[in-house]
Amino acid sequence: MATTISKTSKGRRLRRPLRSREGDYSGRRQDRTPRTSEATRTRSISYGGDGAILEERPNKASSLSAFASGANAAVPVLIGLIPLALVCGATATGNDLSALEALALSVFFLSGAAQLAATQLIAAGASVAVVVLTVLIISLRLTMYSASLAPHFRELSTGWKGLLAYLLTDPAYAVTITRFDDGETKEPDKRWYFLGAALAIWMSWLLGTMMGVLFGAWVPEGWSLDFVLPLTFIALALPAIKDYTTTAAALSAGVAAVFVSSLPLNLGLITAAVVGVLGGLIAEGVAERRRR
Amino acid sequence: MSPLTLWLTIVGAGAGTFALRLSFIALLGRVEIPLFFRRVLRFVPAAVLTAFVIPLLFYENGALHVSLGNERLLAGLVSALIAWRTRSVLFTLGGGMATLWTLQALGQSLW
Repeated sequence: MATTISKTSKGRRLRRPLRSREGDYSGRRQDRTPRTSEATRTRSISYGGDGAILEERPNKASSLSAFASGANAAVPVLIGLIPLALVCGATATGNDLSALEALALSVFFLSGAAQLAATQLIAAGASVAVVVLTVLIISLRLTMYSASLAPHFRELSTGWKGLLAYLLTDPAYAVTITRFDDGETKEPDKRWYFLGAALAIWMSWLLGTMMGVLFGAWVPEGWSLDFVLPLTFIALALPAIKDYTTTAAALSAGVAAVFVSSLPLNLGLITAAVVGVLGGLIAEGVAERRRR
Repeated sequence: MSPLTLWLTIVGAGAGTFALRLSFIALLGRVEIPLFFRRVLRFVPAAVLTAFVIPLLFYENGALHVSLGNERLLAGLVSALIAWRTRSVLFTLGGGMATLWTLQALGQSLW
């Protein structure tokens, strides 16, 4: 079954496979049954099944069409993204940041969660260390995406890796990873597909921020558009709660957040997040012990 | 925060998030992801996102406010239900905003 030569095994030693889907991150399952190289091979031949693997030379037409279909796949998420970008721009200028600073937040952070948290902290007069630390903790999940996409970008040059890493966002990851893992996009086109999707998201994000900066002040307060912020987080959080252990993490973070949110130095978010992760680890430990 | 400090904060935190994004894409094949780190990472999204949302719903003007009069809390709960059932960002945003507007309109007419 695993006799077909695949992209991953061709000519190079098979590295221990990385998890390639978010859902595969369950450390536990992985400890018990580490995925064998055979599993990787069967998985990767699946995209050679239609003979596509034979055609590995990059060519312009296929790069362009991969770019276009990537951009096309991103369209549905833009609908949810643009209001959030608007809110980010409007919140930043509403909290006395200049237009340029508001745009810089979008260019450098490229993440609604991080931008809004940073804006709130800056407005509350938090110290540099607390702002940076909070942004980094909120952005930790990006390393998970990085690990998950890494096998697909393994062959790329440093420049490509840098560019695609910069453009890596929640929606860019969500739009591309399923296709990559299902083997629907073949090797030389993956970079273009990802670039198409991620660039469409990047441009919409900046345009949305700009519009928020320009017109945010005109939106009547009675519309409560700032409520889009918690709603977006809820929409992101619920899918992240997948099983018993992640439920425990969310619950302990939530309960902690009620009590610590008025901690000095705006350390509430960090504290509650750490409590949440501990809650998850404890739940995992309990589940493991029970199984023994 | 002075403008200069602010810019340093933005650029510094931006460089940090870029490093996080690049991490495994750059390191694959050279470094194994430590098992403990992988375990921690698994809980980060659920923990951080919840920790961020809860105060926005439970606190009003800096004070804890848990009652039926807290429209944002109710609308948040409704949208969580929608997010759980549909997994759609669009429905969650739409349903949550609609609930909030409805509750606000009801609250005003009750006064």
